[in-house]
Amino acid sequence: MANFYNDNPDLKFHLEHPLMQKIVELKERNFADKDKFDYAPVDFEDAMDSYDKVLEVVGEISGDIVAPNAESVDQEGPSIVNNEVVYAKGTQENLDALVKAGLMGITLPRKYEGLNFPIVPYIMAADMVSRADAGFVNIWGLQDCAETINEFANEEQKEKFLPRVCAGETMAMDLTEPDAGSDLQAVQLKATYNEEEDQWYLNGVKRFITNGDGHISLVLARSEGGNDGRGLSMFIYDRAEKAVTVRRIENKLGIKGSPTCELVFKNAKAELCGSRRMGLIKYVMALMNGARLGIAAQSVGISEAAYREGLTYAKERKQFGKAIIEFPAVYELLANMKAKLDASRTLLYETSRFVDVYKTYMHIMEERKLTPEERKEMKKYQKMADMFTPLAKGLGSEICNQLAYDSLQIHGGSGFMKDYPIERIYRDARITSIYEGTTQLQVVAAIRGVTTGGLLNVIRDYELQELRPELHSFRRTLIGMTEEYEHAVKTVVERKNPEFIDFHARRLVEMAGNIIMGYLLLLDTQRDNKFKNSTEIFLKSAKTENLARAEFIHGSNLEDMDAYKHDRV
Amino acid sequence: MGLKIIVLAKQVPDTRNVGKDAMKADGTVNRGALPAIFNPEDLNALEQALRLKDKYEGSTVSILTMGPGRAAEIIREGMYRGADGGILLTDRAFAGADTLATSYAIALAIKNMDYDLILAGRQAIDGDTAQVGPQVAEKLRIPQITYAESINSVEKKTVNVLRRLERGVETVESPLPCVVTVNGSAADCRPRNAKLLMKYKHAHTVTELQDSSEDYIDLTADRPYLKIKEVSAADVNADLNWTGLSGSPTKVKSIQNVVFQAKEARVLTADAYEIEELVKELIDNHTIG
Repeated sequence: MANFYNDNPDLKFHLEHPLMQKIVELKERNFADKDKFDYAPVDFEDAMDSYDKVLEVVGEISGDIVAPNAESVDQEGPSIVNNEVVYAKGTQENLDALVKAGLMGITLPRKYEGLNFPIVPYIMAADMVSRADAGFVNIWGLQDCAETINEFANEEQKEKFLPRVCAGETMAMDLTEPDAGSDLQAVQLKATYNEEEDQWYLNGVKRFITNGDGHISLVLARSEGGNDGRGLSMFIYDRAEKAVTVRRIENKLGIKGSPTCELVFKNAKAELCGSRRMGLIKYVMALMNGARLGIAAQSVGISEAAYREGLTYAKERKQFGKAIIEFPAVYELLANMKAKLDASRTLLYETSRFVDVYKTYMHIMEERKLTPEERKEMKKYQKMADMFTPLAKGLGSEICNQLAYDSLQIHGGSGFMKDYPIERIYRDARITSIYEGTTQLQVVAAIRGVTTGGLLNVIRDYELQELRPELHSFRRTLIGMTEEYEHAVKTVVERKNPEFIDFHARRLVEMAGNIIMGYLLLLDTQRDNKFKNSTEIFLKSAKTENLARAEFIHGSNLEDMDAYKHDRV
Repeated sequence: MGLKIIVLAKQVPDTRNVGKDAMKADGTVNRGALPAIFNPEDLNALEQALRLKDKYEGSTVSILTMGPGRAAEIIREGMYRGADGGILLTDRAFAGADTLATSYAIALAIKNMDYDLILAGRQAIDGDTAQVGPQVAEKLRIPQITYAESINSVEKKTVNVLRRLERGVETVESPLPCVVTVNGSAADCRPRNAKLLMKYKHAHTVTELQDSSEDYIDLTADRPYLKIKEVSAADVNADLNWTGLSGSPTKVKSIQNVVFQAKEARVLTADAYEIEELVKELIDNHTIG
């Protein structure tokens, strides 16, 4: 009888952010659907009420069905039966409940039978489902691949595939191969066009494909000659073709309920999605940005679970005659965990809002010409979304790993046993900083925002926001951190050495991230004082962390890098 | 073949997570401290009704509930899961009803309705009497099947039902119309559906729409399916001697506060000796036997 929405008022707090007014009005095109669909909202308040009520259903399913199934799903895992992936019993129950509740195709337009929700409430649903079972959220959350079809496929394909997703069919994105992981330009799966039949065929192998036996798959394949990213196109493969063999399911450390498949395509009929040659350079980038936001949500959900498990245990466990939460070593851990959880969550929803604004403008652009102001705004939010997505994913997943580690530590020996959920949560957390681009690759994506000054501009905007007088001291701390960050960036960039920038990139990105999360927590506190404690605690550690990074950077020279190179060590 | 199904549902205080303030000093339930929920076994009954609706095209499911104005929420909850609509039986004259007065009012309301099958939960978690369903059947002079775990089929005006009994299961048949009360061991009810929720959250009774303390959006003019019908004692020509408190022979003599004392937990191994010892002990202290 748990409800993961009602028991976590922070979600509703983020749902009610002031920018939602703009997002909802854009998404609903001034509520044009209200007379066409009986479930469309009639105004802003009605829409917000709908998100709230639907999220309450997600919270109930997460708490009453998905979370109780997590342990058995982790033990049982999926299997291959007659060349088809069969989910663990609990996984299937979870999926059935969410499908019956109509929670597939959440963000898709109503004309394709979606709910037409903005990304913010969708990500919030993912946050809760992930808290319940991080492995399961992969299967359910792959519905965001449908966004790529909605953005880039032709109308006929949208009408064919999107209603199927809304009705409950699952998806997969088939990108990686044995020799093409982080470097997707190396993808070799061959797409050949048969002119007589006017038909594309796929041949080759994909590896590490989450939910690889899903109903509808987006496949990155080499349709042109050459060996670079411009020879790759995107295809839609329908499982009904039965031309793909699931060769194996990986045996993994965590997220064991989520089937990670190796697939063999043998003359598999597929449809081209969008234009040839745009597969990697345009569509995968869009797909990955959506998926990265999904992993950011997964990370926050795991962090929430880890924090709650740690807190509960620390209150219950008695040693030396008192609950262990009474000891400074434990309560400090928990307070830092809570601060980091709040920090990563506020970054997640800020990013989601940016994505919402620009993606909605993009869809509006298909319907009509944007005004110059709208176009400008779209560009602005797109830029911010592009800068923030790798931060939310990179930093969120690292925080999630830290929280899982600390929560297990609080459990002591019991946490190392299978008796408590933290053991599973700890294993599940580990993948978040690896897939959809490792933290190191998120840094590569985020460093541009550092070197071009884009992130600094966003920070400067936050600095100008109105605050209550008693919060001004936090802002002074953040202004000091910003100056230090600017100085560090300057020190690195002035050497005009790309390798030196790469060498310090993570430090700089993390410094910017800390300042941004600090400001977001501060702005949350301006709206609701309950975040004041987290703001204070977060800033205390962020300030010292940034200082240490700045110290490292200022004391570092080009030739120092040599000492780190493998052949010298 | 479309079936007309009525599901009897009750809004009850959630007695499953009872805190310290669940009872008032006078021994009555402190309804303010307990959230009002859809009676759990009525949800099992609703699921059986919805399965029949899925199976037999053209079927309709209507929720019938008796209670104060806020019990309209139960009808909306039913609609979010797939019910087509419902009727709220509400009147001051119905207040304080025991099972006899309740079944009297419900049976009168049903007499004005067209139906093939009446489904209800076995019992409500506030009174645990399991009487209302059977009494309704008696008053309507139709057959009843209790403790149903699943409704297997409805063919040729005959319903085939699996019953869950103390020592096993049995399958029985009854001609329609009839009353079936559904056990908690039956399938859980499906979740609320997002689209239905967004569609029917605007469904209200006239009384709700007239309540100035709530700011509802009134869409009932263009969407008649959003009107939840209220039925009063006068609407069903009820004899007021048979309704509410005056129609309720049940009198609560006294209420005792039972305190369960939590004792030390014991872990037993699953070997024959320990089990036998436990059985002996439980017989000795009259827990079983």
